[in-house]
Amino acid sequence: MKRKYFAYPYIVWMILFIAVPMIFIFYYAFNVDGRWTTERFVQTIANGDYWIVLLKSVEIAFITTAICLLLAYPIAYILSNMKKSVAAFISVLFFVPMWMNFVLRTYAWYAILEFAFPKLLGVKLLTNSTSNTIAVLVVMVYDFLPFMVLPLYNTLSKLDRSLLEASRDLGANGVTTFFRVVLPLSVPGIVSGITMVFIPAITAFTVTAMIGHGKPNLYGNVIEKQFKSTSGGFATGSTLAIILLICVMVSTLIMNHFDKDKEGGSIL
Amino acid sequence: MKRVLRSFKYVYLGLMLLFLYLPIVYLIVFSFNDFTSVSGRQAYSSIGTWKGFTLANYGAVFTDRSAGPAIVLTIEIALISSLAATIIGTAAAIGINSMRKRTRTAVLSVSQLPMVNPDLVTGITFMMLFAFVSSLLGINVGDFARLLIAHISFSIPYVIFSVLPRLKQSSDMLYEAALDLGCSPIQALLKAVIPDIMPGITSGFIMALTMSLDDFVVSYFIAKEQQTLSVHIYSSFRHGVNPAIATILFVPLVAMLLIVNLRRIAKEREYEIQNKKVKMK
Repeated sequence: MKRKYFAYPYIVWMILFIAVPMIFIFYYAFNVDGRWTTERFVQTIANGDYWIVLLKSVEIAFITTAICLLLAYPIAYILSNMKKSVAAFISVLFFVPMWMNFVLRTYAWYAILEFAFPKLLGVKLLTNSTSNTIAVLVVMVYDFLPFMVLPLYNTLSKLDRSLLEASRDLGANGVTTFFRVVLPLSVPGIVSGITMVFIPAITAFTVTAMIGHGKPNLYGNVIEKQFKSTSGGFATGSTLAIILLICVMVSTLIMNHFDKDKEGGSIL
Repeated sequence: MKRVLRSFKYVYLGLMLLFLYLPIVYLIVFSFNDFTSVSGRQAYSSIGTWKGFTLANYGAVFTDRSAGPAIVLTIEIALISSLAATIIGTAAAIGINSMRKRTRTAVLSVSQLPMVNPDLVTGITFMMLFAFVSSLLGINVGDFARLLIAHISFSIPYVIFSVLPRLKQSSDMLYEAALDLGCSPIQALLKAVIPDIMPGITSGFIMALTMSLDDFVVSYFIAKEQQTLSVHIYSSFRHGVNPAIATILFVPLVAMLLIVNLRRIAKEREYEIQNKKVKMK
């Protein structure tokens, strides 16, 4: 018996439950009540409201990613410069929240913002759209920060120290070394960090649903509503999901272009 | 100056860790808070004011009509799905490893789909799959089976990608040698190959387990009546959730992951030190 046969149960499973379900996005986008039509597809695409929401989501995801990068880079940099054994222990503390349930972590913030703060300060915090947006951003950054630290740390800790010494020997000061040597060499880590935060951030709907009382209304929330609370929302929802998939594919392609070494990886 | 800079580093790391852990610690602390209000009911929205220590919240989790079953369901799905995913995934990894390069690349790139796909897309595709199966083929898949199928599917790739590197390290000769020594192919796998790649299988299993416990989005879209723990929290958070419901499963999980990872690091370190000693000799 050849060993490759062992993969066959998985291949059958993969076709049935990974490949086939993907087809349904296209099936339901063009099949409304059992009849093939492009009507709903065109209707959805032509609706400017969805594009405005998508733009808003990209904006929120972009800000989240930028803040995560700014906060995570110093963490990863400091860790990578520490003694290996100490850094390994501290870095685990940063990665482990990644595996903690999103809903739970978001609920913790809900309890703080909605129940605890008003009692302590005597004022309600989340009253208008600006404060909602800020709160959503804070919680999104909180949820995604470990996903940015991990790839950055992986790249920075593998950096060849002798390059830094060489840069110093050639007369560059610390700041120049950082910007001319360390930063360019850590691009793969930055890129995979951005991928790990930006794409989930576009699709995240739990944070806005829980923290901002549904505001700002993001793309993920719109899709969720189509599937969960609109009867016959499959057609519109699928079309929106196709647009989302295209966005994901485009950003993955862009990222792959920068990240040729496939750095990143995961713990465990 | 240097000393200031160095202490600033630690302050920064400390602040970030505080930011990451404070909300979790906050929930843990208040899971021991007495929430009994004047009317005798449990007012979980009064989280933030300390009224006294009690273990009652943890007892209340199991008597709660929807939280209790949600915990049981979550654990059942996590254990069964990760076990199944580990078996299918390990077998798949062994098979994939012996494939020709072109087939291997094709299979592996499809396998990456569930890992790169946003949860939202995975959730709605499964939702549509089950809707299609029930509306056009007339087969109604129960919630338990739905959850199981979905969780196994999104876990398998993680098992494959943690077993494969181990297989690459392990020698092909091992299998051949076992065959030469009179093992049947199955015996050769069970007695020679599997023990060799066991660390990969274990970490794959743990990954699958955490993926399943961590999932909210997929379960939220596909289950109709039964709720997993995270879906339960999501559907009832507005009026306050018993913090013990939130901590009872996830805090032990995080603690377990911390211990597993720290031990792994400690082991690696020991190994490194030993290596150094050998080199010095």
